[in-house]
Amino acid sequence: MAIDREMILQISGVNPKLCMKCGKCSGTCPAYDGMEYHPHQFVSMVENANLEPLLASESLYTCLSCMACIQRCPRQVEPAKLIEAVRLAVIRQQGCDHLLPDELPALLDPELPQQAIVTAFRKYKK
Amino acid sequence: MKYSYYPGCTLRTKAEILNRYALASAKALGIELEEVENWQCCGGMYTASTDEIATKLASVRALAQARDAGCDLVTLCSACFNVIKRVNEDARTNENFITKVNNYMAPDMEYHGETNVLHFLEVLRDVIGFDELKKKVVNPLTGRKIGAYYGCLLLRPGEVMQLDDPENPKVLEEFIRAIGATPVLYGQRNECCGGYQTLNEKSIAVQRSSAVVESALSQGAECLITACPLCRYNLAVNAAPQIPVYYFTELLAEALGVKEVAENGN
Ligand code: SF4
Ligand code: SF4
Repeated sequence: MAIDREMILQISGVNPKLCMKCGKCSGTCPAYDGMEYHPHQFVSMVENANLEPLLASESLYTCLSCMACIQRCPRQVEPAKLIEAVRLAVIRQQGCDHLLPDELPALLDPELPQQAIVTAFRKYKK
Repeated sequence: MKYSYYPGCTLRTKAEILNRYALASAKALGIELEEVENWQCCGGMYTASTDEIATKLASVRALAQARDAGCDLVTLCSACFNVIKRVNEDARTNENFITKVNNYMAPDMEYHGETNVLHFLEVLRDVIGFDELKKKVVNPLTGRKIGAYYGCLLLRPGEVMQLDDPENPKVLEEFIRAIGATPVLYGQRNECCGGYQTLNEKSIAVQRSSAVVESALSQGAECLITACPLCRYNLAVNAAPQIPVYYFTELLAEALGVKEVAENGN
């Protein structure tokens, strides 16, 4: 199934039309410096059906799921839900996992809590 | 006071001590935590999409078991609390979701979000009461300057989590006062530690956890407390500036005089 605007809106449950482009989501985003596309850009790019750049962007995996943008958006747009929907649309495709079990051993250190591993798999793998 | 208790995967492994300090403290306070049988990992992170079912089933199973036992469900790990409470909200409010879940699991009694999900901090605050807790402290941590680190998962989204004011929380500071210590307020106490980025883009985890620790140090904190094993890891291992980071239950056990009991097995 092709990934399109309707699919993203449906998976996310977000209405990007609510956005008033204040930029507060990006202003509060703790991953801002590491992102190619920032939360407010996800909102407008999905709204404009400009999905191609997002689908290929590392920014999908940079979001911390910290929910700061969700909490602080004055219009209840919930930008992180949109980012999550785009990421899910990508990793649900065959062969598109962002983290593979084989990559794990090299990343482990003795103190790392199991929680980090299950969370990363939940975010990066289907 | 009896509760169903969901420890979660990390409290059985790397954060076993968070669990042990909590159980010893609960016992000292007359709280019975009965572990949910055969619980499964919650997944560590709630998936905020309208069409996810499978990733939420483990939470529903634990919630339904607590309902069947007639108990509120208590969690200790911030991540389990976040996932299970949000799945419970879905079960309560999203008819389409819970219908599919009930059809799939075919439980003896359908689940519809009846269980009340509590973080252990809420039991301390709302059931025991911080004034009462204070009276039970045998070893007050007088003079210790402690920064409360909330992170994200205890607080957000505020409308669902309802633990505290998501932008100006105070439950951990009240806890710190109750055990006789002095809370230190700092700007980054409810900003992200970097979470699972430690496995994907470590520099982000280093940058975030360093910002949190710098903020706490700048306000005079001598140590930090948290309820989350991944926050503890990032702040203790990934942050550039050093500060001791404890689970809040460790200081609770210390204040209640049961720390050694906890460490030597209950
Ligand atoms: S949830 Fe993601 S996009 Fe939103 S503020 Fe946090 S890191 Fe940034
Ligand atoms: S904070 Fe909300 S309204 Fe403002 S730009 Fe972001 S999504 Fe739009």
